[in-house]
Amino acid sequence: MPVTITQDPGTAPGAVSAKPVPAAAATRPPSRPVVTAEQRRRSPQRRRRVRRDAMLFLALIAPNFLAILVFSYYPALYNIGLSFFDWDFVAPRPEFVGLENYLSLLTDPSFGEVLRNTLVFSGVSVVVSIAGGLLLGSLMATKVPLTGFAQTMAFAPHMLPGAAVGTLWLFMFDPNYGLSRWLFSQLGLASPDWTTTSDWSLWAITIAYTWQRLGFVTVICYTAILDLPKDLYEAAALDGAHGWSLFRHMTLPLLSPITFFLSITGIISAAQAFDIISIMTNGGPGTSSSTLSWMVYEEAFKTFDIGTASSAATILLIILLVITWIQVRAGERTVNYA
Amino acid sequence: MSTLPAPAPSPSAAPAAAEATPAPAARNRGRARGPRRPLWRTALLMAGVLATIAVFLVPIYWLFSSALKPRPDIYTWPLQWIPTRLTLDNFVEAWTSAPFGRFFLNSIITTGVGTVLEITLAVMCAYAFVFVDFRYKKIFFGLIVASLMLPGHVTLIVNYMTVANLGWLNTYQGIILPGIASAFAMFLLYQFMRTIDKDILQAAEIDGAGHLRRMLTIVVPLSSPMILTSTLIVMVGKWNEYVWPLIVTSTADMRTLPIGLQFLRQQEGMSNWGAIMAGAVFVSLPMLILFFLAQKRIIGGLAAGALK
Repeated sequence: MPVTITQDPGTAPGAVSAKPVPAAAATRPPSRPVVTAEQRRRSPQRRRRVRRDAMLFLALIAPNFLAILVFSYYPALYNIGLSFFDWDFVAPRPEFVGLENYLSLLTDPSFGEVLRNTLVFSGVSVVVSIAGGLLLGSLMATKVPLTGFAQTMAFAPHMLPGAAVGTLWLFMFDPNYGLSRWLFSQLGLASPDWTTTSDWSLWAITIAYTWQRLGFVTVICYTAILDLPKDLYEAAALDGAHGWSLFRHMTLPLLSPITFFLSITGIISAAQAFDIISIMTNGGPGTSSSTLSWMVYEEAFKTFDIGTASSAATILLIILLVITWIQVRAGERTVNYA
Repeated sequence: MSTLPAPAPSPSAAPAAAEATPAPAARNRGRARGPRRPLWRTALLMAGVLATIAVFLVPIYWLFSSALKPRPDIYTWPLQWIPTRLTLDNFVEAWTSAPFGRFFLNSIITTGVGTVLEITLAVMCAYAFVFVDFRYKKIFFGLIVASLMLPGHVTLIVNYMTVANLGWLNTYQGIILPGIASAFAMFLLYQFMRTIDKDILQAAEIDGAGHLRRMLTIVVPLSSPMILTSTLIVMVGKWNEYVWPLIVTSTADMRTLPIGLQFLRQQEGMSNWGAIMAGAVFVSLPMLILFFLAQKRIIGGLAAGALK
């Protein structure tokens, strides 16, 4: 690599003097007399240089940026448009129906159930994984024996395909031959039919999903706890803060940027959870474990009701944007970035 | 790291201790600060650690042990915790009742090609944001990072239409291309490249090395740890991808492994758990091996993405 030479006596002074406007350094021969910044900005070389950098910048980001435009922004906007039409993927022209899709969704009681399921699924998984993650993360930070192994095991499910996690939990929840039967028999009870009764199906997918997510949150909390400023703790300890009060008044506020981040990303990923639901319950029985993300898939690719599916997807988008906005607003006020 | 003094133990001991006894902190005042923790407290923490291990290890143990048990041993009560006989029959049955060879091939192709493409785009993009001057950089950066907030299900229907219009349904390019846009990996690489000493690049520039050459001979080698980390993270994501390949493929010979697992369940009548668990092992094992080989890197990368 000949270009990595850093200490060339001939070029070093040039590099130093070029510091304020580094871009101009290369085009300007070092021997030329001093030029003012104003002159340099106006010089044709400089302008050509700026234009060339701009072209290069655009060329470098173009593939990624276009991919994001074509496969993220364009479909998100187009999806909103589709929600005002009635279509089945087949008819030559979608039929404009205005707000009818939204009206029929909002007056349909089963859509209310889907919304409630989404709320329970996301809410429970986010709250439990963050509370559990803080607890386990601080447990791991004690460095008692086996914490390293515990951390590895906790994180492993996060690496597994949701399809495999869903399949595994389906077996564990089997009321006849699964671990659920063993667990409940220890309490002298019979295992519920987790995935086939509407009372339990939502809890089945929530448990499986939270199990997969918890290790990720734990590891993030653990890393954040190790990064906390130690001198603050020593000062607090001298002031007599211990145990719970230390955790409550020091650790929690200091971790607030992280819990804030984890709650936003947690809600977004819970709202997109699909593989576990698809494997374990197919949203059923009935709509008892159907969430918005499952419903979008079912309406679009099973019943081919594109209008309803895209309206549900738009509602999902709006809910997530509102939640993100509220969290950002609340975060500005309460998050401690010290 | 292991010489961490007081701060780490105390906050963590707190929740567990608070549950156990009403006022442990008060009783231990003046002692808990020392490098040593009272024995009962260590025991309590250890119990917590063991419980954590059990919660995560038992289901994974159950997955592997069931896959290795002969059929009658799965359907017994009381449950057989430790298999008395081990067999590979379930794996053979899973492999023959669904085209797992083909699923593996499809998963390897889509994950491999998709990862290489996404990381290439991410490196180019991150380099541009860090090292190339442009006035409206911030707008582009904001747009790319904000796309992380868009839930995948909002784009599902229209992406399906796009791929269908291109005639790419049930093809590798149909599975791969909509997933190559990179925001998270780009962000990780961006954060890393910002720490590269700019003087090195300036010296190279004065030596006449253009941007492309600087990128390939200086920035890429210097960023290789983070490129490796983000490659691993992207790879895991693509391997585990479920909803998109499910929608875009329609024949068994184009399915990837996670969807193949569902296919196997249908073939096996939903309740031949031995074979189904064997299939789940096929799907999971590559990711578990990858994780155990590179866990520091993967966890470090994900934590860096979250904490910065």
